[in-house]
Amino acid sequence: MNLSLLLLVPLLTSILILFVKTDSVKKLALGGAVAQLILSLGLLFSYWKESAMAEAGKFLFEYKAAWFPAFQINYHVGVDGISVAMILLTAFVVMAGILMSWKVERMQKEFFFLLTFLGAGAYGFFISLDLFLMFFFLEVAVIPKFLLIGIWGSGKKIYSANKLVLMLMAGSALVLIGLFGVYYHANSNTGGFDLTQIASNGIPIDIQMYFFPFLFVGFGIFTALFPFHTWVPDGHSSAPTAASMFLAGISMKLGGYGCLRVATYLMPEAAAHYSWIIVLLATIAVIYGAFATLMQTDLKYMNAYSSVSHCGFVLLGIGMLTPTAVTGAVLQMVSHGLMTALFFAAIGMLYERTHTREVAQLGGLLKVMPFISTVFVIAGLCSLGLPGLSGFVAEMTVFVGAWERVELFYRIATILACMSIVVTAVYILRATGKAIMGPITESKYNLLGDASWNERLAGVLLIAGILAMGLLPFWLKDLVGPGAIEIVQKLKA
Amino acid sequence: MPDTRVILILLFLPLLSFLINGLFGRKLPGSLGGLLATATLFVSFLLSLSAAYSYFFGSVGITGAYETLIPFQVTWLQFSESFSINMGILADPISMMMIVVVTFISLMVHVFSLGYMKGEERFATYYSFLSLFTFSMLGLVLSSNIFQTYIFWELVGVSSFLLIGYYYQKPSAVAASKKAFIVTRFADLGFLIGILILSYYGKSFDFVTLTERLVPAASTYSQAAAAAGFLGISALTWALVLIFVGGAGKSAMFPLHIWLPDAMEGPTPVSALIHAATMVVAGVYLVARLFPIFSLACPGALDVVAWTGIISALFAALIACTQTDIKRVLAYSTMSQIGYMMFALGVSGYGAEEGLGYMAAMFHLFTHAMFKALLFLGAGVIIHYVHSNDLKDMGGLRKALPITGATFLIACLAIAGIPPFSGFFSKEEILLSAYNSNYTIYIIALITAGLTAFYMFRLYFSIFWNKPQVSANEHKHEGTLSMLIPLLILAVFAAFSGFIPFSSFVTSDGIPFETHLHLEFSILPVLLSVSGIAIAWRYYKKPSTVPASVSQKTGSLYRTINKKFYIDEIYLFVTKKLVFQLIARPAAWFDKTIVDGMMNTAAAAAQVFSLSISGLQSGKLQHYAYYFIGGAIGLAILFIYSIA
Amino acid sequence: MSPVGLNHILFLSSALFFIGVYGFLTRRNLVTLLMSIELILNSVNINFVAFNKYLYPENLDGLFFSIFIIAIAAAEAAVAIAIIINLYRSHQSIDVEDADSLRY
Repeated sequence: MNLSLLLLVPLLTSILILFVKTDSVKKLALGGAVAQLILSLGLLFSYWKESAMAEAGKFLFEYKAAWFPAFQINYHVGVDGISVAMILLTAFVVMAGILMSWKVERMQKEFFFLLTFLGAGAYGFFISLDLFLMFFFLEVAVIPKFLLIGIWGSGKKIYSANKLVLMLMAGSALVLIGLFGVYYHANSNTGGFDLTQIASNGIPIDIQMYFFPFLFVGFGIFTALFPFHTWVPDGHSSAPTAASMFLAGISMKLGGYGCLRVATYLMPEAAAHYSWIIVLLATIAVIYGAFATLMQTDLKYMNAYSSVSHCGFVLLGIGMLTPTAVTGAVLQMVSHGLMTALFFAAIGMLYERTHTREVAQLGGLLKVMPFISTVFVIAGLCSLGLPGLSGFVAEMTVFVGAWERVELFYRIATILACMSIVVTAVYILRATGKAIMGPITESKYNLLGDASWNERLAGVLLIAGILAMGLLPFWLKDLVGPGAIEIVQKLKA
Repeated sequence: MPDTRVILILLFLPLLSFLINGLFGRKLPGSLGGLLATATLFVSFLLSLSAAYSYFFGSVGITGAYETLIPFQVTWLQFSESFSINMGILADPISMMMIVVVTFISLMVHVFSLGYMKGEERFATYYSFLSLFTFSMLGLVLSSNIFQTYIFWELVGVSSFLLIGYYYQKPSAVAASKKAFIVTRFADLGFLIGILILSYYGKSFDFVTLTERLVPAASTYSQAAAAAGFLGISALTWALVLIFVGGAGKSAMFPLHIWLPDAMEGPTPVSALIHAATMVVAGVYLVARLFPIFSLACPGALDVVAWTGIISALFAALIACTQTDIKRVLAYSTMSQIGYMMFALGVSGYGAEEGLGYMAAMFHLFTHAMFKALLFLGAGVIIHYVHSNDLKDMGGLRKALPITGATFLIACLAIAGIPPFSGFFSKEEILLSAYNSNYTIYIIALITAGLTAFYMFRLYFSIFWNKPQVSANEHKHEGTLSMLIPLLILAVFAAFSGFIPFSSFVTSDGIPFETHLHLEFSILPVLLSVSGIAIAWRYYKKPSTVPASVSQKTGSLYRTINKKFYIDEIYLFVTKKLVFQLIARPAAWFDKTIVDGMMNTAAAAAQVFSLSISGLQSGKLQHYAYYFIGGAIGLAILFIYSIA
Repeated sequence: MSPVGLNHILFLSSALFFIGVYGFLTRRNLVTLLMSIELILNSVNINFVAFNKYLYPENLDGLFFSIFIIAIAAAEAAVAIAIIINLYRSHQSIDVEDADSLRY
């Protein structure tokens, strides 16, 4: 299968959007999203077919063409199981996000252009095997967010947009420094920017020790590494629904994927050396994010802080460096992407109808909007790790993997992280009990309608994803596992 | 050996009913959804009967013991080479006994609800939740893998949450559902960590493998587990105690019991099914499932079980004497009876006669399910009739509710342990095993038995006697046939299930043995029960001022018991004051002020710096020219002198 | 009296250059500033021609550059005067101190 199709389809869609009449923009964007979904499912099936014959944990469908030969920058793409999982996630979230934006009236063309373009950046990032190409797509995925929040956002949108982009840019700057460090070393070994080349050549340990923190923190900022997570609450709460979904569902995953694929994969010894710091920061993020969530009164803030807590599991899994924990980290990325996108969709639907996101002002919405409320409850249950939904699978994999580290420090970190599942239950149930259940607080809520077809479709799509992972986790585990083992094995070799 | 397909079908039928009712329930006409759920469950019940029959009467005889069979197992999630969550079916005496109990009680509740919940707006939703619960509970008891148990454990928790919060517009129901979920979740944390520790040493999640590896003291696995420790306690003890914490949470053992009385906010049939007969005994079942490890490898943990059980039994019985809400009395009595089962397991040994406590706990679990479900369903009829939960609004109902009155009396006699009703047999064996093992526990258990008889008959007399008789009312009637038939069926079981020779089916090591009635031993407990009944008869059969004056005289003691020993208040203090105010609020503040402040400060510093140098851009052309020329001259000097 | 050599001409051109610079830095009138720039450019022209004549008589590069500079100076003067006229229209002044709206 030609991976460039994954890049071309959203790019072409976004360009076409600029040239068609305003009233067909939505349909075009949706058509593009459907095409991406079909493509990524196709990718999954052809990956299954190919990987059955190929060596485990290797990149497939590789394609390489010179892009900037002077600096040994190549257009080099290829996927392993982890990338396929992330691409599937992206396709689901893009489709749901576009469905959720059906009612955007203001500057429609630009809005859908930016959404689709952002998607293109994400696909490009996940298929890249060239570090510079990867960095290029990372930037492509950041800039549209500034506009999406700044123009279509709500609340203190300018502040949030600035904060988000500046912090993410700072992250990219760190990444860039790290990449140059890798590049200048690798260049002497004629590795250039090529990920597989560098990985097979290896990097001397002293170089690793210097540049690992740059890469890890840089990518970590994207995935809400404590204490650089503060863009998350403000950014999410000001963003329009679809942008929140993209942000939590896709953008935060770019960071986790980068931490894994670039930082840990290329510099395994440094990762092992800094492991305890990563675990410490991740545990803080998990616990502290959960407790900070308890105090939030705005639904979007609540979900944003809970994202900090949940993304902590991703970093925890990576920091533990056991195959199971790393697999768990990837599963958690997929699960969190689907679940948070669903949660933001539900919050967006509630907000659109009630015009408030304050938990205290909402109440008894199950009676008037059974569908939206059910979506909300399912997202909440997934968040608190109910078996049968995706969150459970991911968190348990992280826990079981983390438990393989026998030192007391890691044991305590794991137990503390486990404790967050109780706190999560508290804040999810508090919000659900107030907003969804209980008596209706305002009589005007009685007149509100339930979800429309597009919102239903978006909800069903994401729930289908969550169930596919929660009820039948083995296929995803088998997809991701070899890649995770490959990453960790480099350490042992 | 039972047919695998039969067990799978009986397991998945309720799931099917859940899906149908949950997805299309609103479109089904009338009570079709409920009938459908009841019908599928009836099939499940028949299948579980046949499975149990073929297990109990098929396999024994070859080796003389009931074997633990795993007729079906698939890998659900492979973590690493040795660790995987397997979804399977484990057939042994207790799981076969439990599927019969679960499907039977659930069937009774399904039938009862057809009348009780008639006309409810979310009728189909109610049945979908009931079906989900039944499915999860069956999955729980059939688990072959401890992680599978955990999965279904959480699922029964969430079905319980959904059913307690069924009347979702009532704030008290919402609060109760949250409380139930969160308290059990807290306990499940212990369960989860316990699983992690246990499996780390057992290198597996499968029950059979874990037992094989950890029970023999000489095996490398159990030696590693015994050698490792934390805070001076061996890892195995930690693991088992933590797992027991999970069980204690689900089974409402002291001090994790606070959710159970509040859970009575759910519809009454739900209380009968979940919060009396099936889900709350999951903790007992869990300990029984791991009993070989508890008993043979780690008796210390078993002592924790015993003492928790007996304390809960006494504690709940005391509180039950002072409550005035009919369902709360029953809730505390449930807690007390589960405490009985727990300490029976706790004092039990392993092996035939030694394992009397184990067998007695399972026997009591069985009989308790029957009479407690009957009590709750009876309470449902009463509440349906008087539209109140409070004992004040009841009294003299025995003519108005003749069938309920009679069946309620049978259940009360059963729980009080009066021969020949079912409770007598199971309770005698529990007391006997306590007598053989620990005298203190035996004494407390005796006191509890007397208290149980007292508060149950206090309840009975307050409802059906006490006030002048209420005659049968033309407009109000006892209830539909679908409500009364389950009462009658359950009454038969509550009365006679004690005659089942339980020890020839369920024993700790699978080898059947004979139990005998010890008449001279039974005299004391029965006398205590009878005197409890007599006291209740004396003061509650007719209106009397004595109870009020007793409660006046005992003053603060009575108040403490009536307020449930202020446990709820302590929890509220810990959560609201300590966790929220001292952890969550500072965390949120720290985030807003310090962490975010750091970012904002960095941004502000950049701004201040840029402002301070922005004066250079004055707009004055000649200033720029000065800078330029100055720069050029400076560079010129630099170059000239550096070259020189 | 010695013949006029390169030094004399360089002296002339640097004098011209610094007069231009002085004028550019001190005068207020934009037209005068323009004239100062012309002085600077012409001092450069003189340098080019002089170096060409005295050091590399076989080449013509210096002359070419002078012609380029003259052409550019003409174009530049045209643009500058246009700017000055527009500035006068908007500000009613051609004082360089008044034209400071392009600041932070």
